Amino acid sequence: MKEKKLKGGIFNRVSDTNLLFFITVVIFFLMYIGAVVFRGGGFSKPQTLFDILNSNAGLIIVALGLSVVMITGGIDISVGGVVGLVTMCCAVYLDKTPGGGNVYVSMLIAVGIGLAFGLVQGFLVAYCDIQPFIVTLAGMFFARGMTTIVHTKPFNVENSAFQKLKNTRIEIPGLGWYTKKGIYFPAYIEIGVVVALALVVILFIVLRYTKLGRAFYAVGGNKQSALMLGINVKRTKFLSHVICGVLAGIAGYVYFLNVGSGSVSHATGMEMNAIASAIIGGTMLTGGVGNIVGTLFGVLSLCTIQKIVASAGLGEAWWTGITIAAMLCLFLLIQSVVIRLKKRTLKV
Amino acid sequence: MENDNRLLEMHGIVKTFPGVRALQNVDFFLNRGEIHALMGENGAGKSTLIKVLTGVYPKDGGTILLDGKAVAIHSPSDAQKLGISTVYQEITLCPNLTVAENMYIGRGKGSLTKWAKMNADANKILRKLDIPAVANMQLGNCSIAVQQMVAIARAVDMDAKVLILDEPTSSLDEQEVEKLFGLMRDLKALGVGIIFVTHFLDQVYEVCDKITVLRDGQLVGEYEIKDLPRVKLVAKMLGKEMDDLSDIKGESGTYEGDDTDLPVYEAQQLQSNAGIKPFDFYIRKGEVNGFTGLLGSGRSECVRTIFGADRVLPGKKNVNGKLVKIKDQIKMNGKRVKIKNPRSAMKNGIAYLPEDRKIDGIVGDLSVRDNIILALQVMKGFFKPFTKAQAYAFADEYIKKLNIKTASADTPVKSLSGGNQQKVILARWLLMNPQYLILDEPTRGIDVGTKVDIQKLVLELASGGMSITFISSETDEMLRTCSRLIVMRDRKVVGELSGDDLTQSMIMSTIAGGE
Ligand SMILES: Nc1ncnc2c1ncn2[C@@H]1O[C@H](COP(=O)(O)OP(=O)(O)OP(=O)(O)O)[C@@H](O)[C@H]1O
Ligand SMILES: [Mg+2]
Repeated sequence: MKEKKLKGGIFNRVSDTNLLFFITVVIFFLMYIGAVVFRGGGFSKPQTLFDILNSNAGLIIVALGLSVVMITGGIDISVGGVVGLVTMCCAVYLDKTPGGGNVYVSMLIAVGIGLAFGLVQGFLVAYCDIQPFIVTLAGMFFARGMTTIVHTKPFNVENSAFQKLKNTRIEIPGLGWYTKKGIYFPAYIEIGVVVALALVVILFIVLRYTKLGRAFYAVGGNKQSALMLGINVKRTKFLSHVICGVLAGIAGYVYFLNVGSGSVSHATGMEMNAIASAIIGGTMLTGGVGNIVGTLFGVLSLCTIQKIVASAGLGEAWWTGITIAAMLCLFLLIQSVVIRLKKRTLKV
Repeated sequence: MENDNRLLEMHGIVKTFPGVRALQNVDFFLNRGEIHALMGENGAGKSTLIKVLTGVYPKDGGTILLDGKAVAIHSPSDAQKLGISTVYQEITLCPNLTVAENMYIGRGKGSLTKWAKMNADANKILRKLDIPAVANMQLGNCSIAVQQMVAIARAVDMDAKVLILDEPTSSLDEQEVEKLFGLMRDLKALGVGIIFVTHFLDQVYEVCDKITVLRDGQLVGEYEIKDLPRVKLVAKMLGKEMDDLSDIKGESGTYEGDDTDLPVYEAQQLQSNAGIKPFDFYIRKGEVNGFTGLLGSGRSECVRTIFGADRVLPGKKNVNGKLVKIKDQIKMNGKRVKIKNPRSAMKNGIAYLPEDRKIDGIVGDLSVRDNIILALQVMKGFFKPFTKAQAYAFADEYIKKLNIKTASADTPVKSLSGGNQQKVILARWLLMNPQYLILDEPTRGIDVGTKVDIQKLVLELASGGMSITFISSETDEMLRTCSRLIVMRDRKVVGELSGDDLTQSMIMSTIAGGE
């Protein structure tokens, strides 16, 4: 009788997405534990992790949106520019309007700008069939240019309602610490982190449990097949860019909440960090593979490494750059080795 | 309409691609509860007709009526909504999604994916159809045959009015084909109209009620199955008379070697990590032999081992009760060689046409000619060196020999029909002119006329001194070409047949284990 057994055991059951996610999480924890053990002090305090979250909530949100586009098989390099533009516009609106701007209106501005970018870029990519790299490259230049047009000199935003929002801290009971003098500092996160984590949950649900979410994966896996399976490929691509744009807008606002100022140099190179985070988080540039929670861990890994480098006294920018490069290579290497191994064991 | 049993009518369908008139005024009619074969040579326009019907290609002219009403179908999703479900010639599933998702994505109402229900439903179907896969497995981890079955399961499950199957059987084994035919008969009884495309003529006569024949994008005619015996069908498809079952072995001369010639390739206790029981094997100069057995019996694994495509494990032999490693496990022309991977195999003049040609198949954007000489260029130095001009000349020769239907030799391969793409890959390996050529399912997806041409070509190359191992799931094809057959069962060599023993019944009884 013919043999019809399933081959490859457990490897067979695990999807590429879950496998890469697993690798990311394991590496993140190893790295963090390593930091606690070898660098001690700061890293053993929960607040260190919270600080990473506090100052990178914007990056997390940007990386989430980018992951959606990358899972769909595209790319968006305009996100950093959009964040910069949003920050500048909101800062100018809140600080320079006579009588002071309204905080809620500034939020609308942020989301509006992101949405506009998403709509236009999505339209060009999906319905005019232009390479996403080119479209969003143009988008990036446009956003950066607009930022300079809006305002050139750096300034702080003094708007009181905004300051109140900016300084809101959400304390986390039980995780604080005592200084040597016995003063208690509570652990806290900022509003941006709550927004970012909420978005992680929402996007996770969207990607896992909605038809649209699965369509992103299908289109990224194989465009032609997705079309034949009855998926509206153009609309799916379009929506991935819209989501990414809106998230970049929100990320811009969260970033703005963290920095509280307007400057043309804000968020420069953020798109590259976001791409790196998504990749470290297990999203493949070729599309179809990726995990939203993985992206969160990708950002955390990236920022932790930066922090480790800094705490080792190698604060200069090039050290961070070099370690990130090394880390990216390591991750890509591990990913490709594991995927290849998996293919090998499956080969009948 | 005079016939209220009519399900689908396609009138005067026209479709042109740059330089190709793929469909010229084709009519096609399908009734309820009918299995309708769509036949024609490679490039006749079968898949194009189907893709026009399902909205993959916009049509340049003609009308489509479903249940007597004119319909406008602009995308596969429109077609699905109208109750037309399709298994395309090339597997069109998403390898990164799970088996269950591939069965359910893109259809059904609501905007949520209910995993638990979906997986349960999918598992039920998989079990019912006896498909060796689990719902939550990633599709890319499954074999091509399983993927094909999943595509079929999806289409069948859709409660469609019209079911289209474009060469679904080319990667399935006999049992799976039987299962598919069972399904098709069940659906037919429910009144579903089925369009079935295949190049296996036996299958047509087994399940179909009607045949529509296309040739060069034009309608030849629609026939009741009983009015069109096999010979006539072949004639209609090719536009000339031909007996595809005649004996061709005698036609080309055989290679005159003497018995003292050492085998071109010889191996003892060959085995690989793909789970093949150790086997001995040899092939002489100018010989055509083959591995036969059911799909999954290990015949492909054997040749993969010979070529080093799976990891070759060292052979052991029993000397005085002790297992010792065989030193000269593989010999070519009497000399000991090491074949550890495809590269070293090619260095030694072995070429291999793999069974699964999707993986390393074709480079879609390169021209037909460049695709044909691709391997030749990469392997420069391994085989006889050619200049580019010579290579082009050879490529053009093979385009003619294999009857590759293309607008020109410079057309990108991706615009060729499925069967013609297969021919391009076949040409690539035939052109290498190796000492020893291994062909695994070389005629899959290729029309009857060219099948015979390929068989003849194999015999001709052998008579010129090339050694060829030929594998095909069609036994009569192997009987027509091979002078020696190695019979496999359960990943083990169980017998060898040659001379007068080369008959269908001997093969079957050897496979079954008869003495
Ligand atoms: N996308 C395309 N672009 C250009 N030409 C095409 C395209 N698709 C098909 N053709 C041409 O249309 C003709 C019919 O192709 P089609 O795929 O319908 O053949 P077929 O009957 O399905 O053959 P096969 O048995 O090989 O699958 C061929 O000559 C082919 O080269
Ligand atoms: Mg076809």
